[in-house]
Amino acid sequence: MPTNTYLNAATTLKSWLLTRDHKRIALMYIAGITFFFGIGGFFAALIRLELVTPAGDLLTDETYNKVFTMHGVMMVFFVLIPLIPASLGNFLLPLMLGTKDVAFPKLNLLSFYVYLFGSLFTLYAIVAGGLDTGWTFYTPFSTVASTSAVVPAALGIFINGFSSILTGLNFMVTIHKMRAPGLTWFRLPLFVWALYATSLIQVLGTPVVAITIVLVAAERIFGFGLFNPAVGGDPVLFQHLFWFYSHPAVYIMILPAMGVVSEVIAGMARKQIFGYSFVAFSSLGIAIVGFLVWGHHMFVAGQSIYSALVFSVLTFIVAIPSAVKVFNWTATMYKGSISWQTPMIYVAGFIGLFAIGGLTGLFLAAMGLDIHVTDTYFIVAHFHYVMVGGAIMGYMAGIHYWWPKITGRMYNEFLGKVSAAIVFIGFNLTFFPQFIAGYAGMPRRYHAYADAYQVWNVLSSAGASILAVGFTMPLLYLAWSLKNGEIAGDNPWGAVGLEWNTTSPPPTENFHTQPIVTWDAYEYPTPVEGHVV
Amino acid sequence: MRSGTVFFPEVASTMAARVDQLYLFLVGLTAFFTILIFTMFVVFMVKYRRREPNSIGARIHGGMILEVTWSVIPLLIVLGLFVWSAQIFFAFARPPAETLNVYAVGKQWMWKFQHMDGQREINELHVPVGRSVKMIMTSEDVLHDLFFPAFRVKADVIPGRYTHMWFEATKAGTYPLYCAEYCGTKHSGMIGQVVVMEPDDYQAWLTAGAQEGSLASAGEKLFQDLACNTCHRPDAQGRGPVLHNIYGKTVALQSGENVVVDEAYIRESILRPAAKVSAGFQPTMPSFQGLVSEEGVMELIEYVKSLQGPTANQAVRPTTSGPAPNENTPSQAPPTRN
Repeated sequence: MPTNTYLNAATTLKSWLLTRDHKRIALMYIAGITFFFGIGGFFAALIRLELVTPAGDLLTDETYNKVFTMHGVMMVFFVLIPLIPASLGNFLLPLMLGTKDVAFPKLNLLSFYVYLFGSLFTLYAIVAGGLDTGWTFYTPFSTVASTSAVVPAALGIFINGFSSILTGLNFMVTIHKMRAPGLTWFRLPLFVWALYATSLIQVLGTPVVAITIVLVAAERIFGFGLFNPAVGGDPVLFQHLFWFYSHPAVYIMILPAMGVVSEVIAGMARKQIFGYSFVAFSSLGIAIVGFLVWGHHMFVAGQSIYSALVFSVLTFIVAIPSAVKVFNWTATMYKGSISWQTPMIYVAGFIGLFAIGGLTGLFLAAMGLDIHVTDTYFIVAHFHYVMVGGAIMGYMAGIHYWWPKITGRMYNEFLGKVSAAIVFIGFNLTFFPQFIAGYAGMPRRYHAYADAYQVWNVLSSAGASILAVGFTMPLLYLAWSLKNGEIAGDNPWGAVGLEWNTTSPPPTENFHTQPIVTWDAYEYPTPVEGHVV
Repeated sequence: MRSGTVFFPEVASTMAARVDQLYLFLVGLTAFFTILIFTMFVVFMVKYRRREPNSIGARIHGGMILEVTWSVIPLLIVLGLFVWSAQIFFAFARPPAETLNVYAVGKQWMWKFQHMDGQREINELHVPVGRSVKMIMTSEDVLHDLFFPAFRVKADVIPGRYTHMWFEATKAGTYPLYCAEYCGTKHSGMIGQVVVMEPDDYQAWLTAGAQEGSLASAGEKLFQDLACNTCHRPDAQGRGPVLHNIYGKTVALQSGENVVVDEAYIRESILRPAAKVSAGFQPTMPSFQGLVSEEGVMELIEYVKSLQGPTANQAVRPTTSGPAPNENTPSQAPPTRN
């Protein structure tokens, strides 16, 4: 192990809590995200246990509603949105740019504490008072009917939003201003392009949901009536404001995962990404068109049929850049030198699950079909395929791929591959039956359901227990590797990229000498040296 | 009430088969592309697996022909899907001219249905086979959504406004109906059944249940109880507009705009009369918000809709502006004279 690393530069508690080092902040985010993933997962387990039988017999209906709300709030706001940008993005962005840190290191630390404060505040609010509105806070239920802790929970999410905005701002400035000499835009790794597109959404979209949530709180406290039809307000206005952010938020989750997939495929196949500029611009295309599709959440909410038409066609079109990425990744594999390490196994899983997740999005863009499947388990299955099958699988691939860089040690390769396989199988068993239950008519957010749907729910709950094993394993073997893993060396995969040109773990200042870039991304000029096959 | 298979709800409306066709096509498309991509990916993983520790991939940077191909073909496919799905959506969004209207009110946590002849039902809806049924719906409290899986249709039910949905049942039987928009504690208990009957059975059911008189006649009584008739007189001498023959017309507003008199406008004029005042009248009408229930509003609307034809004491020429839209029910009350 190198003697001078960001991990041993200082070891006091204070040196961690007040660090401005993007790498340490990334690790603190990983700890926070893992914590909230555990809590969200616990709520998911309660949901799946309740739904084993058609009758609502394990939890009361009130508790069940709170449980699925908490599952959604935890997973969306405190896991999926910060998932990759705040953790891997924070760690890697300065390394990939060949610089010492992000543009505003203190702001970066502030982002973390805002995240921590906002999320713990929400956690406290919903554990103490409960929240039963669903993560979507639809009015007028959330404003006039619900008796749960809507205001504190909303306040926590509002606070948390600033973390996302500040991180996005920080990353955009960093990408513009901090690139190493010679590192032009078209030499940037695709992960950086993905982070840039993500930051754009974070900065432009998050303020809208923040103000929407404030309006919900104000409506509850002061009775403004903006969303209350009894005094002339419009409950559907809330949905427009909410989805204006919350649909692009899906791309905050998936775009960075796509960036990770590009890096892992290039590194594991030791090959230039096929159609680099198409993959790069498709990220921006998704970010921009993604802002214009929110109305597809409201095809049955009484909007005009002509606006529904526009939202439908744009939703179909936003599928194209995602398809372009998948085709380019597959083409990259052609004549590669492909290693079968754990990150590659996770990426293969990502491809299969994201293909299903993306293509089932077409069912929902198709207005005439959406009428039947919206608000059923079909939707639930679709977005879990995108968010877990896409975002979480991408994150898992990335964590394994950069683990040696982050910790300086290797994880157990055999256990890694086994966990990837278990997650893939468990995931499909959990969520594939939900497509069928949904088309058969089972509405979402149902505490009790008709007997006809039981077979699918039993399969789903069985799958969830397999999935739980798949997600617990990495927690254990990765923790174990911190002390006992094999020393990784600087570049265990034999990959190119500035992050592999420094020691593992890197020193606090990232590079011993300022890198000067004279090559394109993923340029493998000669056979490279690496000790892992 | 078990119907359909574990894969599909019963096919029991004219929409159902069309929706299922699109669904099956998309299932096929999804399976084709998923298997194509995943298989290619895994085949490349196997075929091009690393054999030498230091080997690198071939130097291939891209290819414009491939990029164009795999952008344009998916684009054409999705545009085709767009047209196909939009056709189904238009059929859903535009009810036929002749419909049998049923009012629905959602409230936490029950469905209330009112038929034109006055039958009222809770959590159960009777409809005939082979007639286009239009639901005119609103909510008393929060959002709900009326979902008939066997008909492949649903629509949100929104407080403060009317939303519509129509279907034509094709097969007698009893099928589930659900609330599909989360509405609080007993959301999953806000369920019921739709009973589709052969026309003769339906007529028998109508006859057996019509004790209370038609919606329009109930509306007429309410119209008098609320003293609406003191201002809305049939002879143009009242302080409010004459309501005879007004349904379906376009009327001028004080603001200079025009509005079509439909269910939504009548409802708004009862509950928030100052919002859109007819040209030539003062905004003197008080709001009836809180004084009349959603069901009462529906009765009043049906009463106003029934005021067709010449009035008793005013020689109004037979209307020349054509029939009111969607006006039709078999139980259409005869023109009421007062």
